[in-house]
Amino acid sequence: MTLNRRKFLGTSAGMAAALSAPAVLGAGRPRVVVIGGGAGGATAARYLAKDSKGAIDVTLVEPTRTYFTCFFSNLYLGGFRTLDSIGHTYGTLAAQFGVNVVHDWAVGIDRDARTVSLAGGAMLPYDRLILSPGIDFVDGAVPGWDVTAQNRMPHAYKAGSQSELLRAQIAAMPQGGVFAMVAPPNPYRCPPGPYERISMVAHVLRDTNPSAKILIADPKPKFSKQALFEEGWQKHYGGMIDRLGPDFGGDDVAVDPDAMTLNVDGEEIKVDVCNVIPAMKAGRICDLAGITEGNWAPVDGHTMQSRVDPNIHVLGDAAAQGDMPKSGFSANSQAKVAAMAVRGALTGSKVFPAKFSNTCWSLIDTDDGVKVGATYEATDEKIAKVDGFISQTGEDADLRAATYEESIGWYAGITQDMFG
Amino acid sequence: MRGGLAAIVIWGALTGAAPAEEEGRRIGDPVRGAEVFGQCAACHEVGPGARHRVGPHLNGIFGRKAARFDDFRYSDGIRRAGRDGLTWDLEHLDAYLTNPKTLVSGTRMNFRGLKDRRDRDDVLAYLRQFSDNPSDIPEAAPTARKVEVELPPEVLAIMGDPDYGEYLSSECTTCHQIDGDAEGIPAIIGWPEEDFVLAMHAYRRKIRPHPVMQMMAGRLSDEEIAALAAYFGALE
Repeated sequence: MTLNRRKFLGTSAGMAAALSAPAVLGAGRPRVVVIGGGAGGATAARYLAKDSKGAIDVTLVEPTRTYFTCFFSNLYLGGFRTLDSIGHTYGTLAAQFGVNVVHDWAVGIDRDARTVSLAGGAMLPYDRLILSPGIDFVDGAVPGWDVTAQNRMPHAYKAGSQSELLRAQIAAMPQGGVFAMVAPPNPYRCPPGPYERISMVAHVLRDTNPSAKILIADPKPKFSKQALFEEGWQKHYGGMIDRLGPDFGGDDVAVDPDAMTLNVDGEEIKVDVCNVIPAMKAGRICDLAGITEGNWAPVDGHTMQSRVDPNIHVLGDAAAQGDMPKSGFSANSQAKVAAMAVRGALTGSKVFPAKFSNTCWSLIDTDDGVKVGATYEATDEKIAKVDGFISQTGEDADLRAATYEESIGWYAGITQDMFG
Repeated sequence: MRGGLAAIVIWGALTGAAPAEEEGRRIGDPVRGAEVFGQCAACHEVGPGARHRVGPHLNGIFGRKAARFDDFRYSDGIRRAGRDGLTWDLEHLDAYLTNPKTLVSGTRMNFRGLKDRRDRDDVLAYLRQFSDNPSDIPEAAPTARKVEVELPPEVLAIMGDPDYGEYLSSECTTCHQIDGDAEGIPAIIGWPEEDFVLAMHAYRRKIRPHPVMQMMAGRLSDEEIAALAAYFGALE
C-alpha cells in the first residue's frame, strides 16, 4: 500500500493537489491497526472511529466472524445463557462506525517499517498499532497436556467451540463421575473465572448427577473471592467440591489425556471430565512483535504504550500494566484510555488524565451473584489501585439477586460499548 | 391478586362519592404512606407545583393513562403499555409497585418493588390524596421532595462541560447502556441535570448505598459530576 501510494504520487502531479485536500478520499488520514476484536480491541476500534469522526483510518483484524465473549461463558456452562446470546459480530462497527473489519490472522509485525502482515498475504501499514490479542497458553505448563489434547481435555478458556465441548462432556458424565479442573497459576485471565466455573458445573451436576464429585487441583494458596465462593459452595453444593491447594500437591500436577487420568502429587486419579486451564501468556503476536518481557507485554499506564515501542499500545490480558486484573472490563477500560491517547497523538485532540476501573461479577448459584471491583490511576511505575470493594459473606438473598441482575445489565452495557 | 381485593371492592363501590382525602384513608394510612413515599421521592414529585424529575410527577396519577405526558420522556416499555391501554387504577398501581418490571417489561423505573402489602396500601393512600383535583390541594406540604444531600448553590450552579462529560462518560457506559435500555442497571440518559448531580453527590458521600457507584463517584470532582450531568442530560 505504501509503495502504491508513492508510485501514485510520483506519476500524477495533478492528483497531488487533490490529495492535499483533507479527508476527501480518506487519503493521508493517519492509520491505526487494531489486532484482536475482543473487549480491548473492539472497544478501541469503536472509540477511535467514533470520536475521530472519520479523521483516523481504523482497521480491526480479528480472525473470527462471530466473537464469543469469555465473560458469561461460564453462565452458558451452567445453563443460564445460550451460546448465541454471548456471540457478537462486527457489522455495526463496520457499517455505522466505518471501521475496516478484516477477518484474518495477524502473523507478523515489522516495527521498523510499521507494517502488519496477515496470514492471507496482505500487508497493513500503520501509524499506531494496538495489540489486544488476549492470552495464549504456556507450553509445557501442565505435563502431559498441549493444545493437541484440547479436544479430550478442554481448556474452555477461549469461548466458543471449547465451551460447547466442555458442556457436552459434563452432560455425558456417568452418574457419580468425577469432574476435575486443573486451575492456573497467577497471573491469568479472569481471576474468579475458574471458581465461577466450578460453581456452574456444580449447579448442573446437582440437578442431573447429584452423586458426582468435583475436584480442583490448584497451584495457588488462595484465590479471588475465596471466602464468597467457599461459603456458597458449602451452602448450595455441600460435600460435592474438593479443592487441593499447594499444600496437598495442587502445584504438582500432570495429566494423561489418553488414559483420562490426573496425577496429583504422585497419586493417579481416574476422571471423567478434565478441564485443564494451563498457565497463560500474552497472545503470540506480542512475542512476534518482540515487545514481551517474560510472558507479558509491559506498558506505560498513562497511555497503554508498549515500554519497548511507543508506536504500539497493548491492551487487556496481554499487557503487564500493574494492579488491574486481567478481565474484559479492564480491557474495555484500558481501550478508552488508549483510544484517547492515540487520537491525541495523531489528530491533536485533547487528552485527559487516564482513569481506569474494573468490576467482576460471578454467579455462584441461581440468583446468588457476587462482585469485586476497584478503581485505578496511572503512575510512572504502573497502573495503581486507588479504591475497591467486594461483596460480603452472609449477604441477604435480595442483594445477591440484585447483584446477579446487575451483571446481566453490565453484559448488555459492555457488549454495546464494544460492538455498537 | 392478593388480600387487598376487599379494599378494591370498597374503593370501587364508593368511587366518585368521597373527596380524595377520604378515598386515601380507605386504601391505607396516608400519614404512614408519606413516609413510605420517601423511597420514591428521589425520582418522583407529588403535590402542588410538582414537576417531572427523573420520573414524571404523580399528581392525578389515579385514573391517568400510562405515558400520558408529552413533556416527559418515557421508556418505550411504558409508551407501549400506554398504547395498549394501561391505565393507572388502584389495581395496576398496586401491581406496578409490587414489581415494576413484571407489569411493564422494559420500564426504566429502577425500583425493586414494595413487597410488603401494607407499604403499598399506605403509599397508594398517600398518592390518592393528590388525584382528584391536583391543582387545588389545600394546605398540602409543597412537593414531597426528598432531600438526600444539601448542596451549596455554587455547586449546583456549576455549568458542566459536555465535551469533558463525553470523555468521562466512557467509564459509565461500560455498565449503563447508552441507548437508555435499563436491564439490571438503570438508564441514566435524559435526566434533569440537577437530579443527576444530586444523585452523584449522594453516592460520593456514601448516602446512597451502592458500592460500585460510591467508588465511581468517590473520585469525581464537582466539575466532573456537572460535566457528566450535562452530557447525559442532553442524550435522548
